[in-house]
Amino acid sequence: MKVALFVPCYIDQFYPNVGIATLQLLEKLGCDVAFPLEQSCCGQPMANSGFASLSTGCDANFVKNFAGFDYIVAPSGSCVLHIKEHLHDAENPEKASEIRKNIYELTEFLTDILKVKSLNARFPFKVGMHNSCHGQRGLHLSSMTETMSPDFSKPEQLLNMVKDIQLSKPKRNDECCGFGGTFCVFEEAVSVKMGKDRIAEHEANEVDFITGGDTSCLMHLEGILKRQGSKTKIIHIAEILNSIL
Amino acid sequence: MTAKHAALAEKFIADEPRINWHDETLWFVREKRDKAAHGLPEWEQLREWGSQIKNHTLSNLSNYLKEFEEKAKANGIFVHWAQDGAEHNKIIHQIIQKHKIQKIVKSKSMLTEECHLNEYLQQHNIEVVDTDLGERIVQFRKEPPSHIVLPAIHLKKEDVSETFHQHLGTEKGNNDPQYLTEAARQHLRNKFVESDLAITGVNFAVAETGGFVVCTNEGNADMGAHTAAVHIACMGFEKIIPRAEHLGVFLRLLARSATGQPITTYSSHFQKPRQGQEIHIVIVDNGRSKQLGREDFRNSLKCIRCAACFNTCPVYRRSGGHSYHTAVAGPIGSILNPNLDMKANADLPFASTLCGSCSNVCPVKINIHEQLWKWRQVIIAEGYADASKKIAMTAMAFLFSKPKVYRLAGKMGRTIMQVFPFLTNNKWNVWYKQREMPEPPKESFRDWYLKNGKINKNE
Repeated sequence: MKVALFVPCYIDQFYPNVGIATLQLLEKLGCDVAFPLEQSCCGQPMANSGFASLSTGCDANFVKNFAGFDYIVAPSGSCVLHIKEHLHDAENPEKASEIRKNIYELTEFLTDILKVKSLNARFPFKVGMHNSCHGQRGLHLSSMTETMSPDFSKPEQLLNMVKDIQLSKPKRNDECCGFGGTFCVFEEAVSVKMGKDRIAEHEANEVDFITGGDTSCLMHLEGILKRQGSKTKIIHIAEILNSIL
Repeated sequence: MTAKHAALAEKFIADEPRINWHDETLWFVREKRDKAAHGLPEWEQLREWGSQIKNHTLSNLSNYLKEFEEKAKANGIFVHWAQDGAEHNKIIHQIIQKHKIQKIVKSKSMLTEECHLNEYLQQHNIEVVDTDLGERIVQFRKEPPSHIVLPAIHLKKEDVSETFHQHLGTEKGNNDPQYLTEAARQHLRNKFVESDLAITGVNFAVAETGGFVVCTNEGNADMGAHTAAVHIACMGFEKIIPRAEHLGVFLRLLARSATGQPITTYSSHFQKPRQGQEIHIVIVDNGRSKQLGREDFRNSLKCIRCAACFNTCPVYRRSGGHSYHTAVAGPIGSILNPNLDMKANADLPFASTLCGSCSNVCPVKINIHEQLWKWRQVIIAEGYADASKKIAMTAMAFLFSKPKVYRLAGKMGRTIMQVFPFLTNNKWNVWYKQREMPEPPKESFRDWYLKNGKINKNE
């Protein structure tokens, strides 16, 4: 099974540990993982700002790097959803279509493709789970409070395999954190208020860590937590699943 | 592009305890909706039917409208067609003039808000009294409604007490909801008795019968229509449904989605005028046919105005209805209003995190968040982008298409943040206003991988 690792740009630049944990975890689980060296970004920042027309160069670069693999895995629901919905390459339409089909967010790859039943991981802390909207409502990584489907959660299913973890849910389990891409600066006041409200619900559960599948949400929450001088930290789900404390 | 929504939202958010209250109140309504929806095993089936009936209707609109007009006329109802808001207002004005009417009551109609009927009639020295309690409150305060179902949801009982003290002479500082509601009730009773003409909205117009249905919880539409000699009902042309039996789908969806009630307290069916009464229906286009012609956005016309998307929207709950500066706020407003005036409403599709909750609660399955994304593309393509945003996006697109440039920029950026943190941690950095910057690591993932990873032999 040839698996390509996609490490989204802001993870590459600011949260390398998330990429490292993802790579180590996949290798531990027996995957032959390649990291195409000329990768950059999924193109979402432009497209969500209304500039999808500008992302052709970025898209072509993505196709160049990721064509030909059985699976592409990324530790980000948001970037994966963007590729699934919007990756196009006029010169290589078939390759782009293959990639749209073969790209997986990390937790769905672990549960649906690798069908992981147990993990050799331990994380003895109180952890609050933050569902990213694009992972949850976009990729259906878990059930949603608005719809009538039975309860399930791929990330929680995996976290429950971790020894000594104490998982908790915030009161509003699937409310948006307010990051929203460029929304976080163009609608700064609403964005920060939404983030503060998420944090308050996790802190009410006295968590040590807030985790999730999207570093972008976590980066936004971390910025607020640090400004507030909070002891609560953020950690990507890959880092917990790869943890052997 | 104007940043009106962001600026208005920031003003509303400044009063944090009030925002918390606003957010929690609307979330309570959202949870009531969840309970009501979960109580029906066939909920998703109903949504699917609602969506399909509306899709079918939009594809056969002209036929159903003609059928409705014929049947309504046969029932003795006068039918008028208005191309836009101005014509709608003029038609109503003419009816008022014909009957030499002074006193008018109106029950809640978002269409008349959209057409600015109150302002128009005021300019002609005609007073219209809004009879929905929430609408009367905002009318006293000379404010537009902030929510299409709960028009005064931005106000607390203390605000209402002060408003009623000024306009109805209630006791200053008496915030008892029972007392305040009773004062409004007495005040409105007189207005109903005195009125000669009642204006109502329309929730559903039935093509096969020529009748229409108005849903209220206060019974104010009935009070108005039953006491006045003339009843004018105003509807956007998308309110049409083919058959009476379809009400069995929509009435069940509407109130559950709106407030979590199984059905509105009053679902009033109007079929023909009683003896001595006149009923007029004004059917309005006002940009709807243009929207119908936009392939990506036509199904926004399926909307039944339940406001479930408002109540679930995490942005709306914190920015308030007035931040959308249009008659219909919230997520649905943000996909309807760019059609009416793209330049003035260019900010609205961006007033969303694209979380998708709106599409999930929509009882007629409008893909609201996908349309928000598509409107963004249209608005930028039409040239309503901020110049600085355009420069930033063009630069970003270049960066990401050239991996070497991206890596160099990333490294420079991180180095600058480490060596000169004041260059990013300053008042010009909007992120930094209420958030710390991420701590820049020494090396990127790629740098780490080149040293520690198993390099792909194909590279």
